[in-house]
Amino acid sequence: MIPAKFDYVKPASVADAVRALREGGDDAKIIAGGQSLLPVLRLRLAAPSLVIDLGGIPELRGIREDGDRIAIGAMTSYYDILRDDLVTQHVALLAQATETVADNQVRHRGTLGGSLAHADPAGDLGAPALALDAEMVIAGETGTRTVPAAEFFVDYFTTAIGEGEILTEIRFPKYTGWGSHYEKFNRTAQAWSMCAVAAAVRVEGGTIAEARVGLTNMGTTPIRAAGVEQALIGQPASAEAIRTAADRATEGTAAPSDADAAADYREHLARVLTGRAVLAAAG
Amino acid sequence: MTTTAEPTTTPSPEVGKARVRKEDARLITGRTRYTDAITPQGTLHVHVVRSPLAHAKILGVDKAEAAASPGVIGVYTATDLGVESVGLPCAWPITPDMKAPQRPLLASDTVHFAGEGVAVVVARSAAEARDAADLVDVDYEEMEPVLDMEAALAEGATLVHPDLGTNENATWVFDSGEAGTGGSVADAISAAEADPDSVVVKRRFRQQRLIPAFMEPRSCVVDPTGEQMVIYAATQIPHILRTMTTVTMGVPESKVRVIAPDVGGGFGGKIGVLPEEMLCVALAQKLRRPVKWTETRSESLLAAHHGRDQIQDITITAKRDGTVTGLDVHLLADMGAYLGLVGPGVPILGAFMFNAIYRIPALKFTCTNVFTTKTLTDAYRGAGRPEATFAIERIMDELAVELGRDPMELRQQNWIPHEEFPFTTVVGLTYDSGNYEQATDQAMATFDYAGLRREQEERRRNGDPVQLGIGISTFTEMCGLAPSRVLGSLSYGAGGWEAASVRMLATGKVEVITGASAHGQGHETAFSQIVADRLGVPFEDVEILHGDTQISPKGLDTYGSRSLAVGGPAITMAVDKVIAKAKKVAAHLLEAAEDDLEFANGSFTVRGTDKGKAIQEIAFATFMAHDLPEGMEPSLDADAVYDPENFSFPHGTHLAAVEIDTETGHVDLRKYVCVDDVGVVINPLIVEGQVHGGLAQGIAQALFEEANYDEQGTLVNGTFVDYTLPSAADLPSFDTAVVSTPATTNPLGVKGVGEAGTIASTPAIVNAVLDAVRQFGVTDIEMPTTSQRVWRAIQEAQGRATQETPVDTHSPGAGLGSIDPNNPQGEVQ
Repeated sequence: MIPAKFDYVKPASVADAVRALREGGDDAKIIAGGQSLLPVLRLRLAAPSLVIDLGGIPELRGIREDGDRIAIGAMTSYYDILRDDLVTQHVALLAQATETVADNQVRHRGTLGGSLAHADPAGDLGAPALALDAEMVIAGETGTRTVPAAEFFVDYFTTAIGEGEILTEIRFPKYTGWGSHYEKFNRTAQAWSMCAVAAAVRVEGGTIAEARVGLTNMGTTPIRAAGVEQALIGQPASAEAIRTAADRATEGTAAPSDADAAADYREHLARVLTGRAVLAAAG
Repeated sequence: MTTTAEPTTTPSPEVGKARVRKEDARLITGRTRYTDAITPQGTLHVHVVRSPLAHAKILGVDKAEAAASPGVIGVYTATDLGVESVGLPCAWPITPDMKAPQRPLLASDTVHFAGEGVAVVVARSAAEARDAADLVDVDYEEMEPVLDMEAALAEGATLVHPDLGTNENATWVFDSGEAGTGGSVADAISAAEADPDSVVVKRRFRQQRLIPAFMEPRSCVVDPTGEQMVIYAATQIPHILRTMTTVTMGVPESKVRVIAPDVGGGFGGKIGVLPEEMLCVALAQKLRRPVKWTETRSESLLAAHHGRDQIQDITITAKRDGTVTGLDVHLLADMGAYLGLVGPGVPILGAFMFNAIYRIPALKFTCTNVFTTKTLTDAYRGAGRPEATFAIERIMDELAVELGRDPMELRQQNWIPHEEFPFTTVVGLTYDSGNYEQATDQAMATFDYAGLRREQEERRRNGDPVQLGIGISTFTEMCGLAPSRVLGSLSYGAGGWEAASVRMLATGKVEVITGASAHGQGHETAFSQIVADRLGVPFEDVEILHGDTQISPKGLDTYGSRSLAVGGPAITMAVDKVIAKAKKVAAHLLEAAEDDLEFANGSFTVRGTDKGKAIQEIAFATFMAHDLPEGMEPSLDADAVYDPENFSFPHGTHLAAVEIDTETGHVDLRKYVCVDDVGVVINPLIVEGQVHGGLAQGIAQALFEEANYDEQGTLVNGTFVDYTLPSAADLPSFDTAVVSTPATTNPLGVKGVGEAGTIASTPAIVNAVLDAVRQFGVTDIEMPTTSQRVWRAIQEAQGRATQETPVDTHSPGAGLGSIDPNNPQGEVQ
């Protein structure tokens, strides 16, 4: 398949990338790992005049400990994330969700920043980022700003990243010692999520002390299952208590309807999968 | 140069050896050249402008902007090329009064399905052709699409081809009562209805539309610069394509050479004569330059022929003791907008297989083929036989439920016992060999049928959220599509023979030419094994040549599991002729009578002596021609054509265990056991590979794949995101085995294995799914039995209303599913 014609630049610094983006105007498009953009280009669903490749900026890659945060460069690949010791120790949920993304080839190419900036509600990394209160570091002409995940996801394929801005880093609080699980449900092993649930809980003496739950593909953005979180706190980490709390999973959702799952089935899945995700996280 | 024959050490026979396929290294490393990698100097590139609408009048085609686009040589409609009256062939007029619309190379007045070509752009590069195609502005007036087969046959329906006066292509009937091969089904049904000790079970099954989804997209290169026009094509049928190029375009057959280089899969999807191929012929003739067309994956899913798509109304009658007394089959088969090369005959191939392995005394088969404004359907792995097998194996389970019988026991009661072979069936076919008991016993033991039934019972008793289902398919198929006389009696537009030649080279190496045309099956390996044994030469010394009409001038190509069963004996016949000629030379050189020579392990020896000559020595002596028998031509080479008397009938017992998560409806295939009787096995590794691939495809019909159209007639599964092919991660490790009762219908005793897994597996899975959820009151679930369908079926059976599921896959939340392949200009956020 052949994309429409476009110009291509590969800047060596964030500043150069921001400049290229400004000069490229409305028709410029950033490519990170290319796992969403390339198919769209090849199917000619998008025809940007300029593609700016962030692959030549080394500082956008890598995972480091920054005080009480784990900071992940936007261009860090899924593969590097899911096998990183800092991530598996402090943000295990992110590694668990990342492991379910597509296939090994995609996981070697695709990047955390690319996925979050693309903001496909069926993408798997939005829900853990939202549930874990990640912060997005966004660079623009006048410097950088930090946006909490709760304000980052705006709509289908739309984020708080403004014109001329680039997502550079994602910062996660540490959830050391928390239990977590990403429960994904799809048509085939390598397909997008029909519905998935990201859950992390801190259990103290058999009681759920804290809970974080995020939903994939239950609305136009990843959705925080706040009702479930509230209902879980102070409850015993038992199957029954968790299932009762999970019944609130569809609060605030707007499940899409398509051939794989009409809304009522998706809502049912959200409740069932939330129960399973939390139970596994608590176990 | 008489040598002393070495003390005979019999080399281990090649046949039966699990050799790794010799073609694989070049195929899977990409070292070979597929059609798209062939680019003669000066090649121009073709891109087809396709209709996004299912049914529309073409009011105008504005080519100006595209024609002015960089690199463009020309933009052409059918009229511009003078091909508006050229029609593509349909080689299977199933009835004398069959209605056959002419399929044009490009639509001129009206488009009849989304994806049909309207114009072509020719440019210096593929990219320039693709860019310019976006600039061709076609003015359409939308018309009512024709989508539902039953509505299409109703009075006053919109007609796909108004000049035909109907949407019915043909109705084909077989009645065993009238044919004298069995009783009358009408009588069987009225008798059963009147008899309190009999039952009548009626069910409607739906065969969803499937997409063959071969790995290599279709492609062709036409080079007109030599004396013969050379057509390189990613096709299963180079020989048929050559003849059809003559029939369609009027190019003398002697002026056409077709080369099917290595071809990346087909599954029946590459047996067509394509409009794009004939357009490339017309363009090459017009421009006097080589031209190339390669489809994109989206085009392939949209416009390459689809498969299956039937509504099956099945009525079975039986005594309450389980004895089946009659089977009535009524099919509607969706042809799509036009007839493919053998499209109308595909459901008819199933006609003879509905009785399957059973002694059914009366059978009636009625099939009405219907035109709709969808992509045409044609052969897809199994072609007619998976549909038949599905219906009979599903209805046997339904009958077992009705009678409260174990489904395997009911099958055993009705199948043909092995002592009764050869057995002439209710449709008049003679099953030459088989042993259903043997395959079944082995499969049941491996599967642990009794143990799984116990587990199932336990899970039911405990109300386990995960329920177990067990599914059976005891299938047979007719393959080795061949006997020319039989094909003639079905009005098939070709014979069924296969040709082979053997060339003994001066240095003792062997070239074997076959008319079969491999596209991934492993012919080169299997045929080499056969020749190595027969001729007594090393496996490595045999080269199999195929797929080029200049090398292999005669052949009927590869489909219907025919290559080994029909192509194989042609090869051994040619080998035997070589040996017979060589024997004359050997006798002459050894100064012995021919009758005193024996041939074994590649050497002629004079009986009772140590005098002998190897076949390689004879080949060299023949090449030198210094000392040959009087009057003998200096050649050992030989040709043969084989046309069998009968089909071959592989069979097998397939058993599936599925776990159903009743909370989500998810179906997990836990265990799959099959024991297939494919006759003599040439290469067990290839057999296993064919069974594995076949199973994956058949299971995919049951669980994963479906091509759907929305109410505008737009294909909604237009990418691999929406057309969910399973991968290895979705399937368990299969437990496959073979037993062997040699076929008596061909000298090799082989039966064919290419389609077996696909034919057998689909009903085993669906039977298992239903077996798991019948306890909740579920009676049927349409294929594919997705988690949503299973969940809904359980809800509805329990009286809980659920929502209507949209056909549309374009939910923004479905990842790339947000792409509408028919609206490629549409913006994605």
